[in-house]
Amino acid sequence: MKAWTAFRNSRAPGVVLLALLLVTWQLSATYWFKSPTWPTVTRIFEAWFENIADGTIPGHLIATLWRQMLGYGLAVVIGITLGLVMGYYRLLYNLFEPLVEVLRPIPGPAYLPILVLFVGIGHEMKVTLIFLASLFPILLNTYSGVRSIDRVQFDTARTLGLSTLQTFRELVIPAASPQILTGMRISLAISLILAILGEMIVSNDGLGYFVLLSQRTFKVPDMYAGIFTLALLGYVLNRLFLMIESRLIRWHTESSGRT
Amino acid sequence: MTDTLQIDRLEKRFTSHGRAAFRGISFSVGQGEFIALIGPSGCGKSTLLHIMAGLSEPTAGTVSLNGEPIARPRSEMMFVFQQYTKSIFPWKTVLDNVRLGVKYHSGASSQEMEKHCLEQLDLVGLGRYPNYYPYQLSGGMQQRVAIARALARRPKILLMDEPFSALDAMMRVELQDLLLKLWTDLGLTIVFVTHDLDEALYVAQRVILLSASPGTIAQNIAVPLPYPRRQIETRSEPEYLRLREHLFRNMVAQVMAGRADVP
Repeated sequence: MKAWTAFRNSRAPGVVLLALLLVTWQLSATYWFKSPTWPTVTRIFEAWFENIADGTIPGHLIATLWRQMLGYGLAVVIGITLGLVMGYYRLLYNLFEPLVEVLRPIPGPAYLPILVLFVGIGHEMKVTLIFLASLFPILLNTYSGVRSIDRVQFDTARTLGLSTLQTFRELVIPAASPQILTGMRISLAISLILAILGEMIVSNDGLGYFVLLSQRTFKVPDMYAGIFTLALLGYVLNRLFLMIESRLIRWHTESSGRT
Repeated sequence: MTDTLQIDRLEKRFTSHGRAAFRGISFSVGQGEFIALIGPSGCGKSTLLHIMAGLSEPTAGTVSLNGEPIARPRSEMMFVFQQYTKSIFPWKTVLDNVRLGVKYHSGASSQEMEKHCLEQLDLVGLGRYPNYYPYQLSGGMQQRVAIARALARRPKILLMDEPFSALDAMMRVELQDLLLKLWTDLGLTIVFVTHDLDEALYVAQRVILLSASPGTIAQNIAVPLPYPRRQIETRSEPEYLRLREHLFRNMVAQVMAGRADVP
């Protein structure tokens, strides 16, 4: 009974399910559903290790990460900066907010045809695409975070004689940081999606390119290996982010009673 | 006793509906005085205090400090807010919260500054908690942090906006006595807004009662009870009870009058 409770409250059930699914996959591909499109898990892992060992997947992984981080990094810097001043200065908010509201609903991929016209099909296009799609969640969350800062906190800053710059540093940025980080986490996932999309459409490197090329050249195990790599990459990035986030805003998670 | 704060024919109208929150408010606060401002809710006592602090602008009239009009918050006057959970920044430790008021204004070295801030924490009984975060402290302790932070700037005047109203009865009693001790030891001038008549009478030398909206001064009476005041003894003195009854009758009358005015 005790062991059951411990099991139920741990991460074990999810891991067991994952293992069961892989076993089912393996059995189905070996005995029931033999097809070149449905290779066994062991075959996929073989292909995975081969592609890692000969440097193919690491090369594509680095290409993907590089453009993702460039686009995402730009979105973080510009999104936070713009969001902070938009949230703080009412005029800037009233000036830019309608524009943001019009641009925001455009799905990221829809920028692609325009970008091809203006920036071409190279590296810059993909970075710009990632940047544009990642910008809005960060921007929106930042200014709404700043705008929800309580009047009492601004009054406190004034009675303590803080200048505008000091108020940003001591109050605005820390107070908005939980929401800024939420926006950054949403955009992190988006930036990976757009990086893969851009690579699938026009590229000669990156994991998106690798997955699509493997499929087109009937290297199905390689294709699955690429997708496994993406799953792992997404998981690791999110974990890393959560680790950094919980360090930065422990005061927030603790004081709002979350664990 | 010389006057330090002069409030002269102060009026505040709310821009949204043009109704006056209060009007014709004039009084002065002498150096070292402890004044309580009370009144029914909606009489604008908190707004009045914000204007005195330079946090808000009056529609008419002036507030002056030693003859100088107040347009913005001044370092000789510190404000203590009712909402300590917001006023104390939750992302800073107790010590960093206290330091926030002095770090940009003092030429002292960081060691001297830290020593100074720790002294203020000692004064409010938080000497053992400099590295705690606000969420680890009770409400009463958080409001003590706010008081220590105000004291760190060496103010002459404390403006306190219902500082203890969110606390439970025992903590409130403790903080009232702490405040009286600080007032005596540091020679502060205090203007204390409260809706609690008992609290006003217990702490203050003078009680100013505002009428319901639009607020005007209904009473401005001295509380001739000796200091140090004691929670049980002071509250049972005949003079205390007499004043309490007198003010209470007046306050009820104000509330009733306010109701009758409402269309």
